[in-house]
Amino acid sequence: MSRVTQFIFRRRGGKGWHWTDIATWVWLIGGLIIMFGPAVWLALSSFKTPAALAEFPPSILPYVSQQATVQGYDKPLTLFNATMPDGSTRVLAEVRRVGTVAQMVDPKAPAEIIKVNINQRTPVRSVSFSTENYVQPFLHFDFFRYLWNSVFVTVTATVITLVVNSMAAFALSKYEFKGRNAAMLVILATLMVPLSVILVPLYSIISTLGLFNNLWGVILPTVATPTGVFILRQYMLTIPDELIDAARMDKASEWQIYWRIVVPLTAPALAVLAIFSVVWRWNDFLWPLIVLSRRELYTLQVGLNIYSGELNVQWHFILAMTVVTMIPVVLVFIFLQRFITTGIAGTGLK
Amino acid sequence: MSQSQPATRPLAPAPKMSAASLALMPVHFIMGLADKPLRALQKAAGIGGMATFFLAPNMLIFSIFVLLPIIINIVYSLTGGTAIFLNERTFVGTDQYAHIFNCSNYLDPRSCQEDAFWTAVGNTFWFVVIQVTLLIVCSLITALILNRDLMARSFWRAVFFFPVLLSPVVVGLIWRWILQRQGLLNYILYPFGHDPVTWLSDRTVAFAAAVGVSIWAHMGFYTLILLAGLQAIPKDLYEAAEMDGTRAMRVFRRITLPLLMPNLLVVVVLALIKAVQVFDEVYVLTGGGPGTATQFLTQYIYETGFVSQPRNAGLAAAASILMGLVLVVLTLIQLGISKRNENKGKR
Repeated sequence: MSRVTQFIFRRRGGKGWHWTDIATWVWLIGGLIIMFGPAVWLALSSFKTPAALAEFPPSILPYVSQQATVQGYDKPLTLFNATMPDGSTRVLAEVRRVGTVAQMVDPKAPAEIIKVNINQRTPVRSVSFSTENYVQPFLHFDFFRYLWNSVFVTVTATVITLVVNSMAAFALSKYEFKGRNAAMLVILATLMVPLSVILVPLYSIISTLGLFNNLWGVILPTVATPTGVFILRQYMLTIPDELIDAARMDKASEWQIYWRIVVPLTAPALAVLAIFSVVWRWNDFLWPLIVLSRRELYTLQVGLNIYSGELNVQWHFILAMTVVTMIPVVLVFIFLQRFITTGIAGTGLK
Repeated sequence: MSQSQPATRPLAPAPKMSAASLALMPVHFIMGLADKPLRALQKAAGIGGMATFFLAPNMLIFSIFVLLPIIINIVYSLTGGTAIFLNERTFVGTDQYAHIFNCSNYLDPRSCQEDAFWTAVGNTFWFVVIQVTLLIVCSLITALILNRDLMARSFWRAVFFFPVLLSPVVVGLIWRWILQRQGLLNYILYPFGHDPVTWLSDRTVAFAAAVGVSIWAHMGFYTLILLAGLQAIPKDLYEAAEMDGTRAMRVFRRITLPLLMPNLLVVVVLALIKAVQVFDEVYVLTGGGPGTATQFLTQYIYETGFVSQPRNAGLAAAASILMGLVLVVLTLIQLGISKRNENKGKR
């Protein structure tokens, strides 16, 4: 145990607390709160009822006021802990409120009406996760459609990206041909041209091809990523050429060399690119916003933005759907974060 | 314990292998089917021809969706009217650029004919200056801290990386939820006698929020690159400095900073390139408002070309080319720095 404490409180130099040790831990704990806090707060809020969301000051956990059916009243009544004039507390149900006075009844003896000042009572509440926020959007809005569209775009784009980029990287790393360096240079040069610079002409090309309001119009422009070609080519350069020559002597076709030898050996780099691609495509926003104008084609990101921009924002649904949108990325974070961080540290590409 | 290991080791990976190969079986089948026609192609085109075949799909998509747009963007910026297709548009020469640069006083965006563009340029300029400065400072501090002898370093590294993965829409919505009137920030300030306010309806606060939120969302990425740079600094330099009793501040100025400089420069330029294009998370957070307080260049291009009625594709193209020029300059600087670093590494 003492070794654990020693390990936790290990400090610079080991002699007393240096101010930098304190600063380090303040920064780290502060970072923990600021980086995770907002997302946790959003997730907790997404389980609250609309009434609880409108409350100020808000509670941390989602609470629901308890109600009870009382004999003689049609609707269920809200329960309160009321402080009586003699100092004792009783659980009472509120019938109606007149100004600052609440008329209440004892659920066990509903005949007698007790008048209580509203400052003398607090609602009986219990922690309750309201799952309706999650169920309703799927039933009454098109969120299931949006989810499906997002999954379709992400999976299709990632598969095409992997195949097309690895083929190009194979050609650029394992063949000698005229114009190879030129091709590589052109691919790298387009890293300079982000989407926001070519919005207008890209839109016109998509329209000409009849891909406006079509999920393929979202997928195709994104799949020939220069980043992907670059990562895969760098990795394939490390595969020894002797391996390929040996396969050729064994009468393997070029396609078999690509598919049976090079692709399996490039698996680590392909995995990194696949993770990147899933996160990129899942998070894409501006381009789908331009290409998709029909509701049934929206991806989750576009749908969320449209709903959150409406006049009477239904925050309880928006929050729940934001959490749903976050789930794949959080899963990637939990299980695959290590691959991404080493990928970024190694290549400097996002 | 070590003796029993060789016996069990060959057995362990076997089920995993079969599961993976089972899942890949249909893929292998399809790829195997492709082999016959491709062998024929190889016979006809030769090995060099196969290189073209492998490169073709990527280059085709690339040409249609990246290269072609770059070229016709220039043509677009020279045309006017409201039509979408190029053949229906009228050639107006450099009118769009003249329209953008038609200002009576070049220091005051409101005196320009296209004042929305210059407001966006001004906003973007200040955003870039403030955001990049603070972003680099925060990332550097975090990287320095993560480079210390910490417990569970990879956990802490992950903590700061988490928001990088979130989508801009989610980032925007999370912070809109926190900054709204009944939001968490008002709740935290409430005990200090601060009355609830609608934060994002104030111009200055909205701009500060745009800066802060984008730092929050991106600093993990830059921290990672800086941390990789810090870890590449040889440890013996620090040991030597410690033996000489050099003060921490001096060690930082004389060892850490100079050796980190190449990475730091790359990070600065990358952050600049990103910041010039700022759009999505701020757009979801503030929608460009209140007024035009957080309207940036990309939003101007998007709204001019796609939202405003009538759409003005020519003007949007001209504006995007001006932005593209800035980005090209920044990227060339970055490539120059990377090249110099590589050369230094060789020596």
